[in-house]
Amino acid sequence: MAAGITRFEVEAPRIARRAKPGQFAIVRVDEQGERIPLTIAERHPDRGTIAIVFQAVGYSTRQMAAMDVGDSLADVLGPLGQPTEIRRYGCVVCVAGGLGIAFMYPEIVGFAEAGNEIIAVLGARTKDLLFYLDEIRALSAEVHICTDDGSIGRHGLVTDLLRELLEKGEHYDYCIATGPLPMMRASVELTKQWNLPTLVSLDPIMVDGTGMCGACRVTVGGEVKFACVDGPDFDGHLVDFDELAKRKRAFAEEEEICRLQEAADTLEAERAAES
Amino acid sequence: MSEEATTKQSRRSPRTPLPRRDPKQRATDFGEVALGFDLDAALAEAKRCLQCKRPSCVAGCPVGVDIPGFIKALEEERFADAVRILKDRNNLPGICGRVCPQETQCERECVLGKRAEPVAIGALERFVADWERTGEKRESRVEENLTPRSSSIPSYRAIAPSPQPFEGEGGEVPKVAVIGSGPAGLTAAADLARHGYRVTIFESLHAPGGVLRYGIPEFRLPRDVLDREVDYVKSLGVEIETDVLVGKTVTLQELMQEEGFEAVFIATGAGLPWFLHIPGENLAGVYSANEFLTRVNLMRAHRFPDYRTPIRVGARTVVIGGGNTAMDAARSALRLGSDVTIIYRRTRAELPARADEVENALEEGVKLDELVIPLEMLGDDKGHVRAIRCERAELGEPDASGRRRPVPIPDSEFDIEADTIIVAVSASPNPLLVKTERRLRIRDDGRLVINEETGETSIPGVFAGGDIANDAGTVIAAMGDGKRAAKAIHEYLQRKYL
Repeated sequence: MAAGITRFEVEAPRIARRAKPGQFAIVRVDEQGERIPLTIAERHPDRGTIAIVFQAVGYSTRQMAAMDVGDSLADVLGPLGQPTEIRRYGCVVCVAGGLGIAFMYPEIVGFAEAGNEIIAVLGARTKDLLFYLDEIRALSAEVHICTDDGSIGRHGLVTDLLRELLEKGEHYDYCIATGPLPMMRASVELTKQWNLPTLVSLDPIMVDGTGMCGACRVTVGGEVKFACVDGPDFDGHLVDFDELAKRKRAFAEEEEICRLQEAADTLEAERAAES
Repeated sequence: MSEEATTKQSRRSPRTPLPRRDPKQRATDFGEVALGFDLDAALAEAKRCLQCKRPSCVAGCPVGVDIPGFIKALEEERFADAVRILKDRNNLPGICGRVCPQETQCERECVLGKRAEPVAIGALERFVADWERTGEKRESRVEENLTPRSSSIPSYRAIAPSPQPFEGEGGEVPKVAVIGSGPAGLTAAADLARHGYRVTIFESLHAPGGVLRYGIPEFRLPRDVLDREVDYVKSLGVEIETDVLVGKTVTLQELMQEEGFEAVFIATGAGLPWFLHIPGENLAGVYSANEFLTRVNLMRAHRFPDYRTPIRVGARTVVIGGGNTAMDAARSALRLGSDVTIIYRRTRAELPARADEVENALEEGVKLDELVIPLEMLGDDKGHVRAIRCERAELGEPDASGRRRPVPIPDSEFDIEADTIIVAVSASPNPLLVKTERRLRIRDDGRLVINEETGETSIPGVFAGGDIANDAGTVIAAMGDGKRAAKAIHEYLQRKYL
């Protein structure tokens, strides 16, 4: 659907029937695969499917990107986590960066349906990494776009845009911020100054996704929560982002091993193809 | 010597020890530790059984296996009969023969144990189960060395005991849902299938077995043993649907009202890990035992990167806790190349883990630091754990559990260097399903309120067992619950249809 970003429509009738905005699924590519948590970006109960959107950034997601229409994932479990508490706040500013748009899209659907005015602030590294733009435009009163390289919309970060809007005196009743951790953290720093309640969706490391392992524990307002069963949505003003950032790097070396392994595999495949 | 004299002598002979692999060798791999009896050892041990008329061992077995019966069949080399007798009460003998705490159950009640050592019932159970599982191999050995009384080895499935059929009035056989495929769920499902019900197990993870899959390491319970016992349950007609988290994917109410399940057995286990709530516990490198064991046992992280789930085990691991889970986590970390110390608040004598498993762990090189209370975990500048601060304790007065309470010694603080810490202090009942069904009554400790006789919950037709309902915390107790619930569900459905 965009450069390096793939949308899968997956047959999962039970999940399609029950999923709500804010919830996620866990997928496994094959029998050796890890359990990957991914936002349920769309649900289509009529045809018994859900859509997941991912960026090919690691071994497993690249494996998924290489799959063809009609292939099967080994496992799809869901819907997991608490649905977002959708209320009529008034004017909701929805700030999404990069893949955070996949989470934001169903939120916008939900909050728009509940009668909120939607102000979308969307950003990505470059134009080709933006997606769901038409769908979001159709539901929003305003759509502000920015890119790191200026290839579309404003040149800059979503937080720059948000700051400008707030400084201009725009009034918002509620904020949702989703995307890479530094982006959510910067958004929250900003909205704190404006006393704007802000919901964030966290994606810590998870294993089972059902509350059994505690890998996804985060500190929120001084209390330890499991993102998989208590979240993934939390009050952004209460999240300990520093701890979360450190916990997310726990397997950085192993991710590097995976990258090297993948490079070695590619090299071997190339050599085999040559000979 | 007369035959009688031989028999008497063999009954006085000492208990046959279960051979185990060399500690140095086994500490470096995940192969099974205990090797099991060979035929000669099994027959010798079987001969020690006194064949009591009123066997106290059976009363000590939560599922009521006819212990003298299967041992007699084994002694007479009627192996298929031994399997049949065992499976009449126990659907998972290969598992129980390995992980049951026989020393506190059947073997504790064994009459021989009063004067000498009890019969090695667990090892014999394992032998019989393994004989069936690896039937062909054993058959050839039997033919070479002995004359077997049963001339052919029945197929795996054929040894299933005959079912007691559901006898309802007309219509279709009722459907029963079992939630969770751990020991309680598998047992209930097998018994219900044997009654003739159409049984579906819903499992939230991607592979069946529950704690047998994610919790118990393969050096104690090899995966092929587990797989074969799950296959046996399936061979009885039980369907297992993985990746279904009841309460999220589908609700209990939907199962009963829309999907036509007329009875439900909840066996969702004790899935919620406890932490100590001390400073530094969220540092990277600190795992719950559940996470650590799940990464290895379920996700095969010890075979990373072939399997894509990573695990990080540093040079020095500290495990906090003294139960079987702590031993499992410690021995797994050891096998992943770490130097491992278990810290425990009391002394070795109070360890809740099975004595055998403690001995195995220590033999392999796990260290035990007794009378140590953890206070705080210390991290480096990257947020990774580097040490644990503790204080010494001494034993004081007994507490509510009857064990002597550890009392901190003032000014005894010290640090243990550790780059991996595994918290194995306990786990609570899994709250996920029970929180989504308001009609289920829950006790203060999170367990379900059930009728002690039948296992029935506050919702008619919904039964529960295993760690979600009781706090025994053993595989066999969960199986006992599963058996009891299957019987109660059978009676419930019979009443409903008559």
